[in-house]
Amino acid sequence: MATGILAEQVPEQTLQLTYLVAGILFIQGLRDMTHPRTATRGNLISSGGMFLAVIVTVLWFEILSPIVLAAGLLVGGAVGAFLAVSVETTEMPQLVGLFNGFGGGASAVVAGAELIDVLETTGSLSLELTISASIAGIIGAVTFSGSLVAGGKLHGLVGDSPISPNAGHVVKIVFLGAALAAGGYLVIQTGALDQAPITDWFPAYWALVGAALLLGIALVVPIGGADMPVVIALLNSYSGLAAATTGFVLNNSVLIIAGTLVGASGMILTVIMCDSMNRSLANVLFGGLGAGDSGSDDMADIYEGNITETSPEEVVMLLETANRVVIVPGYGMAVAQAQHAVAELVELLDEHGVDVEFGIHPVAGRMPGHMNALLAEADVPYDKMRELEEVNPNFSQTDLVIVTGANDVVNPRAKEDDDSPIAGMPILNVDEARQVIVNKRSLSAGFAGIANPLFARDNTSMLFGDAKDSMQELVNQYKEATE
Amino acid sequence: MTFVQNLTLFVLSAFVGYEIITKIPTNLHTPLMSGANAISGITLLGSVVVAGSGSTTLATALGFLAVVMATINVIGGYMVSHFMLSEFSKGGR
Repeated sequence: MATGILAEQVPEQTLQLTYLVAGILFIQGLRDMTHPRTATRGNLISSGGMFLAVIVTVLWFEILSPIVLAAGLLVGGAVGAFLAVSVETTEMPQLVGLFNGFGGGASAVVAGAELIDVLETTGSLSLELTISASIAGIIGAVTFSGSLVAGGKLHGLVGDSPISPNAGHVVKIVFLGAALAAGGYLVIQTGALDQAPITDWFPAYWALVGAALLLGIALVVPIGGADMPVVIALLNSYSGLAAATTGFVLNNSVLIIAGTLVGASGMILTVIMCDSMNRSLANVLFGGLGAGDSGSDDMADIYEGNITETSPEEVVMLLETANRVVIVPGYGMAVAQAQHAVAELVELLDEHGVDVEFGIHPVAGRMPGHMNALLAEADVPYDKMRELEEVNPNFSQTDLVIVTGANDVVNPRAKEDDDSPIAGMPILNVDEARQVIVNKRSLSAGFAGIANPLFARDNTSMLFGDAKDSMQELVNQYKEATE
Repeated sequence: MTFVQNLTLFVLSAFVGYEIITKIPTNLHTPLMSGANAISGITLLGSVVVAGSGSTTLATALGFLAVVMATINVIGGYMVSHFMLSEFSKGGR
């Protein structure tokens, strides 16, 4: 089938060797991602690998309909570039989710089209082909619909409150069963498919994709907003696995290498996210944390008479005498788009010789590394962003902690209350600091739906208000006070 | 290439991926994800072959759809990562 421009002039191995080079470029690109200094270069190297692989493929294979191909590349390229340029940093999680979905969708479609293509050109299908095409179809379609739902939730188009478990489990099993049955039909009938007209059996592939699409929706709809980092990372992994299985369908080495690298990357991020909440993947996907409305009673008990409210003036006085300050950002900072105000405050403190850094919980925000990406956009140097393990030992030597837009990740009940939904979750031990300021709009519970005893501690004061307004106020007052 | 050779590539790539990705700092997890995202658009190669082969109208139509989706993934993914990473290198003063 290889009768493109290149294939007539150079030996057969050239294509495979070029794919090998592309695979090496992907691996080197990822290796460069291990440090912020080299990461930009790594991304370029990786895109170079992609460019090389696409070009050699276009030149190698016979393209009977170049206009269709060119149109597809042009449309896709224009849409992708437009989205990348026009999207705000705060909308990054849903954009990443959306791109993810398209990759998975493409894999599902290619696997189906390849079934038709192989049958047309060679006259028969192999068992390996139908098996891998069925798997690629299911994973790809689940990735597609799941990512769209996840993106919709992050964009506020789909409600992101968690739905109680059990209700949806039957539905999920039915859809999964239907998808597997359709795939099973294709696999069992492999030999017979060769004789039958395509229109007779191809609907089975549609049924498989359809059931998998519904499965993707049923899987993601019940999952609440704060569990999104896990879902986004898992879908990331799926899109890679879909590409890798499509590589099995097409017998294409670089698809397998690249797809598997992405699959591994997404899976590792998924595990890190789950560990950071001390929950299993199954619990995140099927558990429905925070679905209950318990905790409203004990909230009153804990907070009653124990809440100290403070003002920006008082916080600025504390800042003026502090030697070491740690800022703990959460999703609330992202929602309020307060990262620039926070960054300005940190820069001011830095100029006045205060030892200031960020303590960032791994699951703060809606995707892995969300807070870091936002703060980087606001020009915060990356050496000021500390991970949980780095910052936790130093809270006892910290004069002031400012928590802005975070709640569950600083809730001491994770350590003290074995029955709470967040029991065992590693948290930032901000209560060990001399003084804690919690900036929040109200005393309402976080995603876990439980009260936070931190707010009632003697060394905690609440700075009520929108994160952006409050931080900007701190910046202004600190400027005045230090002039 | 046979199934076993494909499987060999799969398993070895999984180990390489594990070794590299576990070394990537939390700071870079978001750009890593969008960069990895772009790499998963490698399925574009399959789309290109299917769209161009023109064996049947259905295959061509599906191929076109796949090319569009995969290209969005590749171009968008790399560009978004690039923007994000340039923020990081700027912050590394």
